[in-house]
Amino acid sequence: MQERVIMAGFGGQGVMSMGQLLTYAGMIEDKNVSWLPSYGPEMRGGTANCNVIVSSDPIGSPIITEATAAIVMNRPSLDKFEDDIVANGNLVINSSLINRKAEREDVNVYYVPANEIAVELGNSKVANMVMLGAYLELTKVVKTETIVEALKKVFGERKAHLLPLNEKALAKGAEAVR
Amino acid sequence: MAKILMKGNEAIGAAAIKAGCNYFFGYPITPQNELPEYMSRELPKVNGCFLQAESEVAAINMVYGAAGAGARVMTSSSSPGMALKQEGISYIAGAELPCVIVNIVRGGPGLGGIQPAQSDYYQATRGGGNGDYRHVVYAPSTLQETVDLVMEAFDVADQYRMPVMIVGDGMTGQMMEPVEFKELKKRELPVKDWITDGTKGEREPNIINSLFIDPQELEDHVNDRLEAKYRIIEEKEVLYEEYNVEDADVVCIAYGTTSRIVKNAIAECEAEGLKVGLIRPITLWPFPHKVFDKITDKTKGLLTVEMSTGQMIDDVKIAIAGRKPVYFHGRTGGMIPNPNDIVNEIKKIAGGEK
Repeated sequence: MQERVIMAGFGGQGVMSMGQLLTYAGMIEDKNVSWLPSYGPEMRGGTANCNVIVSSDPIGSPIITEATAAIVMNRPSLDKFEDDIVANGNLVINSSLINRKAEREDVNVYYVPANEIAVELGNSKVANMVMLGAYLELTKVVKTETIVEALKKVFGERKAHLLPLNEKALAKGAEAVR
Repeated sequence: MAKILMKGNEAIGAAAIKAGCNYFFGYPITPQNELPEYMSRELPKVNGCFLQAESEVAAINMVYGAAGAGARVMTSSSSPGMALKQEGISYIAGAELPCVIVNIVRGGPGLGGIQPAQSDYYQATRGGGNGDYRHVVYAPSTLQETVDLVMEAFDVADQYRMPVMIVGDGMTGQMMEPVEFKELKKRELPVKDWITDGTKGEREPNIINSLFIDPQELEDHVNDRLEAKYRIIEEKEVLYEEYNVEDADVVCIAYGTTSRIVKNAIAECEAEGLKVGLIRPITLWPFPHKVFDKITDKTKGLLTVEMSTGQMIDDVKIAIAGRKPVYFHGRTGGMIPNPNDIVNEIKKIAGGEK
């Protein structure tokens, strides 16, 4: 098993932390993991993406050239990464902010109105968790419970009150692609 | 101890502190800033000292001072900043002081760019400073190997009284992988009876110096002290990974993160029935020359892959000594080699097209 996922959006959408959570959860489940961020001078308000690999075998290159999945949070990310997905791979599109359909016909495309779902839950910031929930439902790379376990460690006691909201967002995302 | 998920730059800092590093002097530059940031936060907690110098030149000379006083000390930078440190590194090598220097390489020359590169191979292995000197250069490929080698580097520096360099690239610094801080096998380290920590009126003063006006005295210093230990290091401290070297149609040579990309390419070639070997130098100096003797007549050619226009290829040519053709594939300026391009190069060599 090797899952190679590109997560992309603009700075502030929680793309990097979504990737770190998946990486963290993979490590908890004793899988091989790597997280590689884009970095550059254009961080604020610019595009952000990360490459996450979760694998049962040791990981070679941490750079993803042929993604098994892409989670795209905004239009420039869809334009940039649509071609990098392998045939029969998964493409999860944030349809709240992306006003076009996927052009690829050989990949499985899922449209998730992540921002709308997040707003319904009371906090637009959990749109990334909605997308992650959808992705996990499709791929089962790690268990949702492990993501929650990872979240607990990341949040610590001070932010523990945010856990239920994030759990709900993961569940709603899963529901959206079921 | 359990595995922790860490960013490369922070993992280097954590490994250094674990190895007893108490002093860090540096000056900010992308893509290694998380390392000094980590040290500024963590060193005070272990009664250490972090100091942001006014320049890279000042930082490396602070390292000279702290090492001379017997401290375990580190500095870090990225390519153009490392260029500024070269004078100090030459002095540290000449004065036989132990320290660890980290270069998280970015594209060059000049200010270049901020994306990953390996175009400082010459600078690291040939020395950007003046004179007949060498220092050990470690080029880890995973974060686990990085933390292991950072911890080892402090011991090696103390054992041989010399600077030890860790060479990573922007990817090493920025990526996250699980790491485990293992207790490494302890080396027998000599007592630091040469340090300048005050005589307390009880002994003759120690002198730390790289100036020898008498040419015979300088030649003796270079031959009997420096060269003598370099020969021992070449004998004892070479590290490399080898894979299918003896039975390969093509043998690839790559180090650091590039070697991971090459491993993907090799797996793809193997799936198509090609036999491809790999030599991955872990020490860039001393370079693993001897393993090249294992390459047999069956091998059609060698392929060196680097994130540069071709620097390590010089050492590969020295090592293979004209027995086999040596080809090159590389990207530079912050561009990263694509596994498919490497596969194509391997196929060309295996198929006799080159």
